[in-house]
Amino acid sequence: MNTLIAITGLGIFCLLFEILNFRKAIVPFTVLGLLGVLALNFSEFGAAESYYNNMITVSKFSTAFSSLFIILTIFLVTLSHNFYENHPTKISDFIAIKIFLLAGGVAMVSFGNLAMFFLGIEILSIALYVLAASERLNLKSNEAGMKYFLMGSFASGIILFGICLIYGAMGSFDVAEISERSLSAELPIWFPIGMILMVIGMLFKVAAVPFHFWAPDVYEGSPALTTALMSTLAKVIAIATLYKLIAELNLISSLDNQDLLHTFEIIVVTISIASMTVGNIMALRQVNVKRMLAFSGISHAGFMLMTLLTVSTSAGVLLYYASAYALAGIASFSVILYVCKNQENEDITNFHGLGKTNPLLAAILTGSLLSMAGIPIFSGFFAKLFLFNQTIQAGHIALVIVAVINSIISVGYYFKLILAMYSKEPNQERTGKPFLIYATAIVSIALNIILGLFPSLVLDLLN
Amino acid sequence: MNVSLILIILLIGAFVTYISGDKLASKVALFFSLTALGCSLVLLNHFCAGENISLIKAWITQPKISLALNADGLAFAMVLLTVALTPIIIFSSFGNDYKNAKSFYALILFMAFAMTGTFLAADGLLYYIFWELALIPIYFIALIWGNGDAEERRKAVVKFFIYTLAGSLFMLVAFIYLSQKANGSFLIEDFYKLNLSATEQLWIFLAFFLAYAIKIPIIPFHTWQANVYQKAPTVGTMLLSGIMLKMGLYSVIRWQLPIAPLAAKEYMNIFIILGIAGVIYGSIVALRQKDLKKLLAYSSLAHVGLIVAGSYTLTLDGLRGAVLQMIAHGFVVVGLFYAAEIIYRRYETREISEMGGIRTHSPKFTSMFLILLLASVALPTTFNFVGEFTVLYSLSQINIWFAVLGGTTIILGAYYMLKMFQNVMLGETNTKTFADVSTNEAISLVLIIAVLLFFGFYPKPITDLITPSLENILKVINKN
Repeated sequence: MNTLIAITGLGIFCLLFEILNFRKAIVPFTVLGLLGVLALNFSEFGAAESYYNNMITVSKFSTAFSSLFIILTIFLVTLSHNFYENHPTKISDFIAIKIFLLAGGVAMVSFGNLAMFFLGIEILSIALYVLAASERLNLKSNEAGMKYFLMGSFASGIILFGICLIYGAMGSFDVAEISERSLSAELPIWFPIGMILMVIGMLFKVAAVPFHFWAPDVYEGSPALTTALMSTLAKVIAIATLYKLIAELNLISSLDNQDLLHTFEIIVVTISIASMTVGNIMALRQVNVKRMLAFSGISHAGFMLMTLLTVSTSAGVLLYYASAYALAGIASFSVILYVCKNQENEDITNFHGLGKTNPLLAAILTGSLLSMAGIPIFSGFFAKLFLFNQTIQAGHIALVIVAVINSIISVGYYFKLILAMYSKEPNQERTGKPFLIYATAIVSIALNIILGLFPSLVLDLLN
Repeated sequence: MNVSLILIILLIGAFVTYISGDKLASKVALFFSLTALGCSLVLLNHFCAGENISLIKAWITQPKISLALNADGLAFAMVLLTVALTPIIIFSSFGNDYKNAKSFYALILFMAFAMTGTFLAADGLLYYIFWELALIPIYFIALIWGNGDAEERRKAVVKFFIYTLAGSLFMLVAFIYLSQKANGSFLIEDFYKLNLSATEQLWIFLAFFLAYAIKIPIIPFHTWQANVYQKAPTVGTMLLSGIMLKMGLYSVIRWQLPIAPLAAKEYMNIFIILGIAGVIYGSIVALRQKDLKKLLAYSSLAHVGLIVAGSYTLTLDGLRGAVLQMIAHGFVVVGLFYAAEIIYRRYETREISEMGGIRTHSPKFTSMFLILLLASVALPTTFNFVGEFTVLYSLSQINIWFAVLGGTTIILGAYYMLKMFQNVMLGETNTKTFADVSTNEAISLVLIIAVLLFFGFYPKPITDLITPSLENILKVINKN
């Protein structure tokens, strides 16, 4: 709870800085502030409490995921310094929006009441709409913002409708009460329908097939830093929330009572297979790196959805997978930000010969792509390993085999980028070594490798 | 003191080489590879004295994965092969100038690290990690420092990478399945103890087979091989053919056969036939090759086919012959590829038709080449003879026709190798002059020849080293 208040306070401070004309200090100040928040959040770890009539409940799950969100935000704020160099007047707005987005995310994983959950989602989404359209003179950015807004509000509407149906069935917005009642034998049919609507809305936010159509266009059109945010932070928040929703509302046992569990599993398996396969196959054909990572994100969402099959045990695995994926994403996006700065687009041709002109960044990008492809010793490999282990334990061996085949396909497009960096001749000179971009890239890939060497650090947090 | 020391030396070596800069890199790498060799000889001493040099430590708690390095005779023999070949391979590259040499040599040491780890690992997951790690350096070595047209090279290398990765991911699924059966443990001893049904064994056997058949390669999974061997720089080819394909063969003996013995026994004839098909196919295709490196690649395919056939006989002789031949082939193939490289340094071509008459210019090189070539066709008194003969003997115990067909490797091998020798070394003199071997080149070749002849006369040290562990593996295979 204190974390949430501190984050909101930090956001307001950012706005005040604009008024007081302290723009230059805003990035270091925010990063320090976020580090403080992170420490505060750590201190709350392990305490299970609820505030304001159960509006917010702090649990291990919420603090662990909040820490991940805060760390990702720190990286994203650090990257902002170079990214908004040419728009010095806007930087405080953009950073404040990012902080508010983080507040929305933290609210989403620590809700104790569906009203709070919806508030969190809206805070997050509105911040994202603004960020997507933040390059207001760029037509593509406007298109991205508009598209995202239309589709996103649609999804929010569906979620809201689901919440209403659940309220109709249970007579309460309180998660604890709902989950208690959901175990009773006779439930009105509104309850599962409401849950399905909420899950559909969340799948839209996650960008899982068949609710993924917005993702590539929005990713491509948005400014690169916003794309980085969407594909790492926003995606991880959405998945964690979906997981929490299903776990906390006792959906699995409630469905089991009504003999619907099997149907639910079939749906999850289908969506997860569809997301992986469509995401990977579409990614193979992309020449724009942002679009490619959008599709790769869709396929990773498919992987992460596999955790919904083992909701009672896989919180640690989800946290691990999300951290591995997001850290690799941050590392790769910092390199993309560097390479594609002052370029018209983010096509693969921009990366030609990066291995010669800038071996360190090329190595980092290679590392993060290898992590996403699931090659040891990067944490992406262990993430997949633990995920497969869980899923085979639950008896879904066929799903794992499809996932394995998808991992192989994904190597195809990740390596396209690696090949471009190492086997093509450089086509442009790159000058300048922006410290913050280097630092972000190095720290995030280092964290990724550390997670790979000591997976128990994160994996055992939630057991 | 335990075997992790070798791994640590190689890993540190890779880092130091990278830091030391382009000029010093090759020497630093040679130094560290020699240190690793020395260290393993010391450890071998300890091992022969009966000391326990294995390591087991918990790493990840859930699922239970441990840092388990087990050095029995078989694993140690393979480690020795790796650490003995690595300095030779590094030394052989001294005549070449590589761009960005520090990365190049660091990658070689890193690859040696990963391969040594693969041979030592006694935990399924750890083994898998090393197995995959070995793939990354060779991918970059072949891609960046390879030769020939860039576009074709890219295709060949990517095909190789995706192919091998695809195979090994199914092995990963098999490991996860096995660990579920073994109460979450990935240790190889626990896998050995499992009692799996015949159907389970068949699936696990096939999952392993896919990984190994691609790596070794066994027909029909060999299509990546010749292209990658040709496109990779010679150092990469040596690493691939000398050591890396032995990873697959070793794994058959260490992991596949003892974990799924029922399936192995049931279908062993099919796999022996696949191996022998490789022998015949490789030899016939080698006959028609015009590119020296490609010819050697296909001859390697043929010899490896025989090793595969020997491994699947599931007899002590078959396994022993296979391991001996693995080591012998490792040395001889590195020597032959090096000879091809020496010719390339002078003629800048790999086309056999453009060579000829080297003997008149360089008698020393010619005689060394001839010895290597005769060793490769398993002339008695060479190490390869010991290996191939033992394998053929074990095949004749199963079915005399297997031995007859497998024996064609010697006949056909002699034919295409001697024909190649005739075209390259004898015949009309090429207009270009050919300087005789330099001291550096001679040292590498003489070392290899010395190993081949020494163990050809006296294979007992290696046989003694590997036999006890092979007997243990056979015990596991025949436990039912």
